[in-house]
Amino acid sequence: MIKFTNTGKEYKNGVKALSNINLNIKKGEFVFIVGPSGAGKSTLIKLLLKEEDPTEGKIYLNDMDITKVKNRRIPFIRRNIGVVFQDFRLLPNKTVYENVAFAMEIIGAHPKEIRRRVPMILSMVDLSKKADCYPDQLSGGEHQRVSIARSIVNNPPVLIADEPTGNLDPETAWEIMKVLREINRRGTTILMATHAKDIVDSMKKRVVAIEAGKVVRDEEKGGYENEVSNI
Amino acid sequence: MKMKFRIFKNILKQGFQGMWRNRGMGLASISSISAVLVILGIVLIMILSINNVVLETKTKFDEIQIFLENELTEEQLNDIEKAAKDNEGVLSVMYQSKEQALEIMKEEWEDEAYLLEGLEPNPLPNSYIVQLKDIKYADNLVDKVKNIEGVEEVKYYKDIIEKLIIFANYVRFGGVVVIGILVFVSVFIISNTIKLTVTARKREVNIMKYVGATNGYIRGPFIIEGILFGLIGAALSILIVNYGYDYFFKAVSDKLYVLFTVYLVSPAALIKDITIIFTAIGVGIGALGSLVSLKRFLNV
Repeated sequence: MIKFTNTGKEYKNGVKALSNINLNIKKGEFVFIVGPSGAGKSTLIKLLLKEEDPTEGKIYLNDMDITKVKNRRIPFIRRNIGVVFQDFRLLPNKTVYENVAFAMEIIGAHPKEIRRRVPMILSMVDLSKKADCYPDQLSGGEHQRVSIARSIVNNPPVLIADEPTGNLDPETAWEIMKVLREINRRGTTILMATHAKDIVDSMKKRVVAIEAGKVVRDEEKGGYENEVSNI
Repeated sequence: MKMKFRIFKNILKQGFQGMWRNRGMGLASISSISAVLVILGIVLIMILSINNVVLETKTKFDEIQIFLENELTEEQLNDIEKAAKDNEGVLSVMYQSKEQALEIMKEEWEDEAYLLEGLEPNPLPNSYIVQLKDIKYADNLVDKVKNIEGVEEVKYYKDIIEKLIIFANYVRFGGVVVIGILVFVSVFIISNTIKLTVTARKREVNIMKYVGATNGYIRGPFIIEGILFGLIGAALSILIVNYGYDYFFKAVSDKLYVLFTVYLVSPAALIKDITIIFTAIGVGIGALGSLVSLKRFLNV
């Protein structure tokens, strides 16, 4: 599904954010990307979203080489990837329903399809009752669920979550994790960058640790810190 | 196809919304476009009128009139005619008697022709009218003819026409420079206005990018907004120039300067061209203004 081979990124100012990354993420996997701030997690996500081009190696998405693509094609690559951010990024002047529908309007979906699909997704994230609310009437957890609903409404095969629980209290964070696990169970590949140690430890999913731009650990059913120090 | 149409409808809707939200700055953009176009209109009218004058004078004055003394013999007349004909670029040589000259004058004076009634004996001279292919052949002919006995005076208008053409060129050049500067200014003002919309919708644009909106979809509304400003500005200036010039034209022709208005372009002939030119330039300025501001702001 997602493959990095010897991928590296050096920014124009000379900062080497990533080097020699080798990752192979299969369809349906749930992968945590962990590591200290500035380790290169964000750069990794930017490379996948084609905000930045890698300076070394290759990147594949859906068996497609996306190392270098024309600007014109970037939007179509992004339609394969849902994104959830730490700061939610909802439109304040649109209701919950409209915020989710917005993502479908942009790609020219049929109104009938929008009316059918948006309520379905909202019920999946348990927000049916809040459909007509505006973002400022929602709690933090509800915000993030709307943002998740928006990211998956177009049914992308991959979902990237950049510290989705970073702004939430532990209980709400778990709510979000349940939603993400459910989405993953339905077949969506999920890539989640996070600092939340307890979540990573108890989810028992694949963990990729990045430090100083390198993958220092990649294990199935791993924890936040490596096992030696974990004892 | 239907999908494309829906997308287009969305873009259009957002364009109108953007224009409405920005109506304050929008007013500034619209007025600046209108001002540019009105000035363009004035310059255009000036240029067209001067062209008219040049053309009119050229056709009127690519002829030379050789005035003759009274009481010439048949032989002398023939000599003069021959001398005139025997030149490069001469199309025709025509004799005009003093009686014919008076008739023509009466026709030209129309209502005031009664003033000519009492003129006896006829003070106008007999003449030859020489039609030339071009005014540039005039000098040669004049040199040859003016010293022949029986020729009283040779009249032609080369100097006037040349000066006129030079003047017309200055006006054209000046007009183009002024318009160029003004177009630049209004593109700048439009692009600032569009920047406001872009900033106001930065969040939305950012989300659009991540959800996979195409560049066209993101840029469309802003370009539509710019074009709408351009169109409104154009419509406004078309009205101003059309009614303003119509008023001016009537005022001038009412106040006896009929001779003068002959050279002015008629308002009716102008309206179609003005509409097309102004609409095109208005839309162009609007679209260009948006593109300039988007280039810096929407780098994906």
